[in-house]
Amino acid sequence: MPPPKKKAQRATPQVTKADVGAPDAVSQRPSPEQVIAGLRATSEGGPDLVQLLTPEGERVHHPDFDIDISPEELRGLYRDMVLVRRADREANSLQRQGQLGLWVPLLGQEAAQIGAGRAMRPQDYGFPGYREHGVAWCRGIDPVQILSMYRGTDHGGWDPQQQRFNMYTIVIGNQVLNATGYAMGQKFDGKVGPEEDAEATIAFFGDGATSQGDVHEGFVWATVYNAPVVFFCQNNQWAISEPVERQTRVPIYHRARGYGFPGIRVDGNDVLATLAVTKWAMDECRTGNGPVLIEAFTYRMDAHTTSDDPTRYRLSDELEAWKLKDPIERVRVHLVREGLADQKFFDELEAEADDRAATLRQAVRDLPNPGIDNIFDNVYAEGSPHLDAQKAEFQAYLDGFADSAHGGGH
Amino acid sequence: MAAPTMNRPDSDMPDFEPKVQTITLAKGINMGLRAAMEADKKVLVMGEDVGKLGGVFRITDGLQKDFGEERVLDTPLAESGIIGTAVGLAMRGFRPVCEIQFDGFIFPGFDQIVSQVAKLHNRSKGSIKLPIVIRVPYGGGIGAVEHHSESPEAYFAHTAGLKVVSCSNPVDAYWMIQQAIWSDDPVLFFEPKRRYYEKAQFDPAVSPDPLWSSRQLTSGKDVTVVGYGPTVRIALDGAAAAAEEGKELEVFDLRTLSPLDLGPVYESVRKTGRLVTISEAPSNCSISSEVAARVQRECFYSLQAPVLQVNGFDTPYPMSKAEEEYLPDLDKLLHAVDRSLGY
Ligand SMILES: Cc1ncc(C[n+]2csc(CCOP(=O)(O)OP(=O)(O)O)c2C)c(N)n1
Ligand SMILES: [Mg+2]
Repeated sequence: MPPPKKKAQRATPQVTKADVGAPDAVSQRPSPEQVIAGLRATSEGGPDLVQLLTPEGERVHHPDFDIDISPEELRGLYRDMVLVRRADREANSLQRQGQLGLWVPLLGQEAAQIGAGRAMRPQDYGFPGYREHGVAWCRGIDPVQILSMYRGTDHGGWDPQQQRFNMYTIVIGNQVLNATGYAMGQKFDGKVGPEEDAEATIAFFGDGATSQGDVHEGFVWATVYNAPVVFFCQNNQWAISEPVERQTRVPIYHRARGYGFPGIRVDGNDVLATLAVTKWAMDECRTGNGPVLIEAFTYRMDAHTTSDDPTRYRLSDELEAWKLKDPIERVRVHLVREGLADQKFFDELEAEADDRAATLRQAVRDLPNPGIDNIFDNVYAEGSPHLDAQKAEFQAYLDGFADSAHGGGH
Repeated sequence: MAAPTMNRPDSDMPDFEPKVQTITLAKGINMGLRAAMEADKKVLVMGEDVGKLGGVFRITDGLQKDFGEERVLDTPLAESGIIGTAVGLAMRGFRPVCEIQFDGFIFPGFDQIVSQVAKLHNRSKGSIKLPIVIRVPYGGGIGAVEHHSESPEAYFAHTAGLKVVSCSNPVDAYWMIQQAIWSDDPVLFFEPKRRYYEKAQFDPAVSPDPLWSSRQLTSGKDVTVVGYGPTVRIALDGAAAAAEEGKELEVFDLRTLSPLDLGPVYESVRKTGRLVTISEAPSNCSISSEVAARVQRECFYSLQAPVLQVNGFDTPYPMSKAEEEYLPDLDKLLHAVDRSLGY
């Protein structure tokens, strides 16, 4: 290999715009600061951000998306969010106590997930990443089933076909293509149309995931086959330590246009707006106008996972600012101010959350450890004589410890 | 630092002079990366979270601070992008060191690795060189969720044009990462993540072995044992435990998985007549199987027993609460040694 060259010591000649003949391309290229400002332009509201409930708990209206919601439904959404947050905090402490190998907190993303989850109909199918505990709740999945994966007693936790909610996908972006294929199947099966039982699919992924080829390919496939799939991106501003501007120069929802389908940015800390926009998007898809991209603008309030230390890469000011936009608090304020819930409601909910937390703590400890069947079984749908033999050999080896003084001696 | 085996370019940067000290395997790689970056401005580090965070295992800790954002790149989140752009950078004269965050996440980049990284030198009749290092924390035993405990090294060893190595201790980590960087061939560099925090005394005055060589660690007349990466520690523990029972194990650390350096292993097996391999990967079409095939071919008349393999099972890596059953350990190794001696 040749030795590295020293940098030539000469002055760089000044090149003017006229010299290069591409004035606009050069002048329009945004500076890094402009990129960041652009990506955050709507975080304080504005025409491009669909919002129905302000951080102060004030109900506002949007020309394209609105929602009629009864006080009871609103209390239901509030209850969902309180319960999933409580389960999340419980799981976080269970990890700290050594009961889980890892936990991936959803703190701060409750509205995005409950809004999206409650927009799904029973016949719809969801494809989560690994943080979608709120959506899982809406699909009727017991939190302990989620915790079983993070405890390491199970690779999945629930029956995806029964819940119509796939198992978590850890490999970033994979599920977006899988969801698109599922949606193509819904269409090929004639399940897209005006009928009440028409189906749609929703894929969940993060801002970081938008850089993966699988996600782009999912967009392309969905548009080529008009697949009934909603791409639901929770832009929580961070992919572990990388801020969203490491992934994109334009806001994520703008990307949809390039693929030929609508992209909408919704206040992901506003459960009403997220519900309204996602319902609309799912209906578009189920009636044949898919796909749709939703960017739920939100914030990861906690560490990436319990293994992460966010103090190494982000300032606490940012967190403080987002605390003022808390997804749960704004609904509480609204319920109280409008007289839609009384103290008894809040007290009972608190008690319910405590009860469920206690049940969860116990259920996690009671999860059975996997046996060797869990290792060897179900590797192939058609079985495997080779693995049967390997399993038998290993079982014999284990049995050797029981009856041979020698085997156990090592 | 001018180590005899190090194909290190001349440099206008001040020499990096590490001291005698106790280091972890993680620190060894960090120091090795730093030394290479100091030696050659064309060495780049790129990957997810390698900058401010210093990587999820802190292997690149402090590098971005000292070398800047154009030499330590927090890339967008896409492994195909990381490897694919590394190809172009290498064609342009850079020496990219790519970090894959965990073993199970290398596969989005698999196409670039086997289709471009492995082949451009051959297709260009030697005109293009791709001195790319792809660092992969691999293996299990850390109680992780799916995709964080795998041993995918055989996929890459199977591909002509790629070289594959794995370090097993802090001192090798320091030298091998630099040797891999100075190699003009693309190198898959497998780091045994569960050994990241194991310590050893490091003395920069002791010359490293060549990168493409295996190493004999203990001498013994009874059974030859071959491991690499995370299982070398188990093999050494096995040698100590067997010694208490009066059995002598001759332990080898493969270090290089492709090309394999089996000459010393053949010599050993011709003496002991017995070989046990140990690796976390499934045995089906594995490095262990390749070692077994070559040893039976080269040492046929010396073998007193079939080559026995202690491997992970031919199943997906299990949920972490079952990984103790899945993983090779001291008991499984000694059991195989006894079986070998029983023939
Ligand atoms: C293919 C792949 N590469 C790397 C990782 C490691 N990883 C796990 S989460 C993550 C960041 C994801 O960020 P984002 O998509 O924004 O989702 P978030 O975690 O913020 O919900 C990374 C890099 C992975 N799981 N899969
Ligand atoms: Mg994110």
